[in-house]
Amino acid sequence: MTSEFQQCTVTVRNPEGLHMRPALKLVQAATGFQCQLELERSGQIADCRSMLSLLTLGAPQDCELLLRAQGPDADEAIRVISLMFSQQFDE
Amino acid sequence: MKFSVFISPKAIRAELAATTKEGVIAELVHALVEAGEIKAADQEDIIKAIMKREELGSTGIGRGVAVPHTKHASVGKLIGTVGVSPTGLDFESLDGQVASLFFLLVSPPDRPGDHLRALENISRQLRDDTFCRFLRQSTTPDDIVQLLEEADGNQFGA
Repeated sequence: MTSEFQQCTVTVRNPEGLHMRPALKLVQAATGFQCQLELERSGQIADCRSMLSLLTLGAPQDCELLLRAQGPDADEAIRVISLMFSQQFDE
Repeated sequence: MKFSVFISPKAIRAELAATTKEGVIAELVHALVEAGEIKAADQEDIIKAIMKREELGSTGIGRGVAVPHTKHASVGKLIGTVGVSPTGLDFESLDGQVASLFFLLVSPPDRPGDHLRALENISRQLRDDTFCRFLRQSTTPDDIVQLLEEADGNQFGA
């Protein structure tokens, strides 16, 4: 089995930060990928498939997060999710 | 943000009577009115606003927890309450499970940071199995107040 690892920095652009609605969209998107997806803020790591986990980041607007993906579709996951951040989760 | 900053102890409800999503929201908003945190005249408008927010996607975030919330111009600071349903109820949660723990929040429109910090604290504590279990087992508001104080004192492992 091949395993790929990708990471990039994403910025929370939503004025209200990474609150429940964008977090829900993130969970829904992450669930569609096979790879493991994590976000890190200042050493704190959250699982992108868990709403509770994402909300513990308390990430406000302009906060930079490290997005990491590990698995067969890591490339595509990073592309899609970083786009969601830049498009403010369509809010 | 610690629970003591935004949770109104007088509005805490153990053993919620409501068995529907709207019923629980109405019961907790009414509790905030009885506690003197919001005006009775704003009650219906706040319930409607919370229900409207639920239409955008359930705030049932999994593990039997829901965080119904809204912004409302009538409040000067973030206020919230906690409710526990003995039986649990369908809140259209993300994971399909019934919800039994409720954190209802009403925040001023211009303070998104406070809302985010409250969510951060709630979610962090709720990741702790012991905290969740004790909260579900609470049968009086005093039990819940005590538990929140312990959580504020970092007595859970989350």
